[in-house]
Amino acid sequence: MTLNKPLEDQEYFINMGPQHPSTHGVLRLLLKLEGEIIRKVEPHLGYIHRSIEKMCEKDTYIQIVHLTDRMDYLSSHINNEGVCLAVEQGLEVEIPERVKVIRTIISELTRLSSHQLWWGVMGMDLGAITSFLYGFRDREMINDIFEETCGARLTMNYNVPGGLMFDIHPNFQQRTKDFIKHFKTKLPEYDQLLSNNIIFQQRTKGVGVLTREDAISFGATGPVGRASGFSNDIRKKYPYSAYPQVTFNEALDDVGDCFARYSVRIKEMWESLSILEQLIDNIPAGEFKAKTKAVIKLPKGDFYQRVETARGEFGVYIISDGLKNPYRLKFRSPGFSNLSVIDKISRGAKIADLVAILSTLDLVIPDIDR
Amino acid sequence: MRSIANYINDIFAGLRTLLSGMALTGKYFFHPKEIITQQYPENRATLKMFERFRGEVVLTHNEDNEHRCTGCSACEVACPNGSIEIISKKELIDEKPKKVIDKFVYHLSMCTFCNLCILSCPTDAIIMSQDFEHAVFDRSKLTKVLNKEGSKLMEGVR
Amino acid sequence: MNIYDFTGLTQSIHESLSNSLSPTMVTVVEFTIVALIFMTFFTFLGLVLVYAERKVAAFFQLRLGPMRVGFWGTAQTIADAVKLVMKEPLVTKNADKFLFNLAPFIVIISTIMALGAMPFAKGLHALDFDIGILYVAAVSSLGVIGILIAGWSSDNKYSLIGAMRSGAQLVSYELSVGLSLLTIVVLAGSLQFSEIIASQEAGWWIFRGHIPAFIAFVIFMIAGTAETNRGPFDLAEAESELTAGFHTEYSGLKFSFFFLAEFVNMFIIAGIGATVFFGGWMPFHIGDWSGFNRVMDFIPGIFWFFGKVTFIIFMMMWFKWTFPRLRIDQVLTLEWKYLLPINLVNLLLMAFIVLMGWHF
Repeated sequence: MTLNKPLEDQEYFINMGPQHPSTHGVLRLLLKLEGEIIRKVEPHLGYIHRSIEKMCEKDTYIQIVHLTDRMDYLSSHINNEGVCLAVEQGLEVEIPERVKVIRTIISELTRLSSHQLWWGVMGMDLGAITSFLYGFRDREMINDIFEETCGARLTMNYNVPGGLMFDIHPNFQQRTKDFIKHFKTKLPEYDQLLSNNIIFQQRTKGVGVLTREDAISFGATGPVGRASGFSNDIRKKYPYSAYPQVTFNEALDDVGDCFARYSVRIKEMWESLSILEQLIDNIPAGEFKAKTKAVIKLPKGDFYQRVETARGEFGVYIISDGLKNPYRLKFRSPGFSNLSVIDKISRGAKIADLVAILSTLDLVIPDIDR
Repeated sequence: MRSIANYINDIFAGLRTLLSGMALTGKYFFHPKEIITQQYPENRATLKMFERFRGEVVLTHNEDNEHRCTGCSACEVACPNGSIEIISKKELIDEKPKKVIDKFVYHLSMCTFCNLCILSCPTDAIIMSQDFEHAVFDRSKLTKVLNKEGSKLMEGVR
Repeated sequence: MNIYDFTGLTQSIHESLSNSLSPTMVTVVEFTIVALIFMTFFTFLGLVLVYAERKVAAFFQLRLGPMRVGFWGTAQTIADAVKLVMKEPLVTKNADKFLFNLAPFIVIISTIMALGAMPFAKGLHALDFDIGILYVAAVSSLGVIGILIAGWSSDNKYSLIGAMRSGAQLVSYELSVGLSLLTIVVLAGSLQFSEIIASQEAGWWIFRGHIPAFIAFVIFMIAGTAETNRGPFDLAEAESELTAGFHTEYSGLKFSFFFLAEFVNMFIIAGIGATVFFGGWMPFHIGDWSGFNRVMDFIPGIFWFFGKVTFIIFMMMWFKWTFPRLRIDQVLTLEWKYLLPINLVNLLLMAFIVLMGWHF
């Protein structure tokens, strides 16, 4: 381990411990510092491991959906959608159009909500504490939409294999339209407060550069990869649900520093708003759930489904033995691969830069530890 | 000269972005109507949750203290982590021994509010109430028995 | 201006004391009275400023701030003070005990010494040296020693990093504060506070000294926020990076010393700024408009002073709650590559203007 090697003269170890205000979750980073410059970063994981994959082995296919809510809790609906799509792949059942469109609308709202929280926390980590409150103010409207339709604000559990639990509330469309109109006036304010601010730009430009080759080789997907020029949007490459019907641009940048990751996410928020506008008036009528048996049994074999969460590519891999419980379930979490780049990009940076890098990587630790 | 011009330009551009950020926060300072926080718990009288909000599982009883639960245990099977325990007993109804519900034990401390029990109930006996204030000082209060004292099954439900 | 002159009051107290006591005792009694007044003022100021900071921060952040303790939360700071006093004063095992206990006192002493030189109203001026500005600058530099000692004696790597950063920052920004004040001293012709205020009878220096005075004021605001470890320059106590920087290991009463000293330092910087640039207790006069000037004179000088100080403190709070933090090397770059050259050029410009008589 690192502690057994002899230290250079000026070097010392610091623990950015499991309890720290700016590692978003319980993550322990062992830093080897020389003065203020970082020489090595070693992440230690596992503080919030709850053996979700093992728990899924004893649950039926309808019951495994609610556990994925609690992994990446900021994109909970997208995780649920991933699991349901994997199971529906095995069942080979036809999903009604209405279900696909509603799932996509709620996914985009979830993505917006996750990015709003990320923006608020990014400002707070760098010292502009007011941005936290502004991000949460806008997020409240989305939480209200979810609460009215699904019944819960964060861990929604609205999907079941085959469709949705119940139909959307009659107010859903109007509320979403009000939200789109409101948020379009607030998003330029985000630029006014942080993106155009010269102090913020000085803190993030040129910091933590990730090259395209490194992004591909580490498997850094999502906005982290897209900021380095690695085009990997699952919604464009392997479209699912209602994504083939909508047109949107993939937010790419090629510099790969913190400011690039920041602006890619702001661009994604604009794209999500445009997707919502295309879909919200055109929800087709129909069933909200396809007919499935009461006890779902997948045929023997393995099924993989990938979805694009706010953090990157989330993969669900189910191996089934023909019984009503899965034999083995594996989740490919985007945070795990995104975290692995941290040693490469923070060498030579200062402690203050490490905070900026951690916030732009947008990690949710329960997603990494499962 | 070019570098001095750039220097001064940088300074003014930087100052302009700083002032525009201050203008935004200043705008919110002088508009107290935009305040978004609520003074809870003083506003409990006017606080109303949405009707689909998942607060707690309750067994509905009507005015005659009758419920709709037949003790079929569908909710116990559907619950992913064993928060519901159905204890049933045999009772003589019309001279035939039938299964009725004795105790509907609900572990609020383990419930994940996933709503699967509500979906699986064949008689619409349980619903999610909107009560969200569950904090207690004594953990045993979180294990509840949902069917009230002396209640029995409603006519015509079975 | 003659209505609100406090020199009459102080003279009468002095005479009544001299009639009954020997000269040494008179001095001792006067010292005690002034000390007590300043101690009370210091505590009261701390309470009011902490409450104001919480309310102002809340209104920037779309929320209400303390509302429940007292009417609209006014008793909140008293509750906090009682809580802090009741906490256990921890000393870490390997800490250097003498220095650990000494550090908060050094910070408080330097703050109160600088507070003594503030001109509150005509005649209410405790320490009126003829090198007033030099005295205040020198005394506020003592606070750096307190911070460095606190960081070193805590036996904690985080505290040490915080203290070193803070030391570098404070020493650099002393320069900018001093030079921007010198720009106005060139205009006023004296280092003594009462002389500077008296020379602003025809109008405040920030308006009469037009461009160079305005630039000097902007630089003074930036350097002043850096001097007090506030606003975008608070990396010494950046919670999201190093938990609490140099005062991580302090708890209870000693922590409250650091905490109060930061707020009263803010008041001192605002006070110096208000005196030198905005005329201290001098009302708003415009040149020879004697009618207007006499109307302005009806408002007592002490209200003018506190009003200006409130304005400057509000600006400093506005900075803190809007901008992200600067990194240590950016802080030092800002000082040595931007503020210092601009300051020197500005000083030269001001000297030229005074020579040519181009100010109002």
